[in-house]
Amino acid sequence: MSNIPTNRQYTRNHEWLRRLADGAVEVGITDHAQHALGDLVFVELPAVGRSVNAGEACAVVESVKAASDVYSPVAGTVTAVNADLASRPELLNEDPYEAGWLMRLESGAAAAGALLDAAAYAQLLADQAD
Amino acid sequence: MGLRTPLHESHVRDGAQIVDFGGWDMPLHYGSQIEEHHAARRDAAMFDVSHMGIIELTGDSVRAFLRYLLANDVGKLRSPGKAIYSCMLLPTGGVLDDLIVYFMTDSWFRMVVNAGTRDKDLAWIQKQATRFAVAAVERKDLAIIAIQGPNARAKTVSALAGNHRDGMLAVERFSAAAFDQWFVARTGYSGEDGFEIIAPAGSAIAAWNALRAQGVMPAGLGARDTLRLEAGLNLYGNDMDERHHPLESGLAWTVAFEPADREFIGREALERARAAGGNQLVGLVLEDRGVLRSHQRVITACGTGEVTSGTFSPTLHRSIALARIPKTAERLVRVEIRGTPHAASIVTPPFAGNGKALIQLSPPEGP
Repeated sequence: MSNIPTNRQYTRNHEWLRRLADGAVEVGITDHAQHALGDLVFVELPAVGRSVNAGEACAVVESVKAASDVYSPVAGTVTAVNADLASRPELLNEDPYEAGWLMRLESGAAAAGALLDAAAYAQLLADQAD
Repeated sequence: MGLRTPLHESHVRDGAQIVDFGGWDMPLHYGSQIEEHHAARRDAAMFDVSHMGIIELTGDSVRAFLRYLLANDVGKLRSPGKAIYSCMLLPTGGVLDDLIVYFMTDSWFRMVVNAGTRDKDLAWIQKQATRFAVAAVERKDLAIIAIQGPNARAKTVSALAGNHRDGMLAVERFSAAAFDQWFVARTGYSGEDGFEIIAPAGSAIAAWNALRAQGVMPAGLGARDTLRLEAGLNLYGNDMDERHHPLESGLAWTVAFEPADREFIGREALERARAAGGNQLVGLVLEDRGVLRSHQRVITACGTGEVTSGTFSPTLHRSIALARIPKTAERLVRVEIRGTPHAASIVTPPFAGNGKALIQLSPPEGP
């Protein structure tokens, strides 16, 4: 059973986001995503300062098997990326919601309507498993 | 639902992630592909490869037939149980399949072919065999378990040998022998020592469980792929296929041009290709961080080529690949990953085997 914290929002592409105390939006991939991808061995992150649109491919996570795009859940400007992932991509497998965060965005956009809460995301996974 | 091996239920119970491979439902991994890979390099791992095809070839002219059918020469096989690796070619020189064939008796050879090509192979072999009066029959009643790693033979003997312990340990590299219901071959696809055991389907689960009780770790096709690539072994469909001949697939060593009077399918095309130059298959090590993948473009000073297989090497902690590039290429090339060129070095595989790295690495560049 996947771990789905209730203090985050989710996308249908298996990204999560949360609003930090300073107003930044932190983005990562879900426990379900890391499990499905398998052992992660490389992460390509966007340049700090890059503007991204909601739904734009802006990072790549690569497992032994394949490369997968990560899409920004919201529009904004990249203010920070997780530098630890360059040498320790396995953090994405070990701790996808904390140490394995991918990037932080400055985003004026309110959470878009397309985002899912934890219960809706759990339902999405249950539906996909059927 | 795809085809299933006799061990399928066991894989599901062990939590395997099941994927389609050549029409078969096969385990990709049981949790961590990298741990399974390390188990084979450092200790012992086992793979269900029952999806591969076993074809029995029988008839008084079977040796003459195989000398005509295969690019390597079974005439080299003189003692029973001895095996040879070969390509089976089209008249164009393109590779229909790669396979292992075991010499059993003067009227019986046993062949093991790839899962995705077994129907095509059998039809081709039967068509060629008619004028030799050789029968080719697929054995669907057998399972295959590969046990690979520095401790694989010792653990297999403890699990399965019974009173055949000394005999099983005496099986030489690239040979096989029968012990009760087990056909035990000292072959593999990992760059490690070990066995491939062909067993009646009904006894496969008991054998698998006995091996696990000796500490042999179940491993999936994911680890099988990273192990074979580190070992510099080709994968059919990636590194060679019907459109590419062995000489541009790193397999010149498997083509027996001598004796010169042996006629075999594809020979004329290969003689022409040998004179023409063209492409070669090489090993690549990525100098940057990132992961090489099949079909990425390789840029050399002498023209472009293509990655045929690429992955992250768990042993080297670096991305490695096989690539088909012009023969005249210099030592350093660039590979396009998502539109950006990255430096890679040409190396001679194997990258790793017998439990260790087999190439020298420079420290990684970049962040």
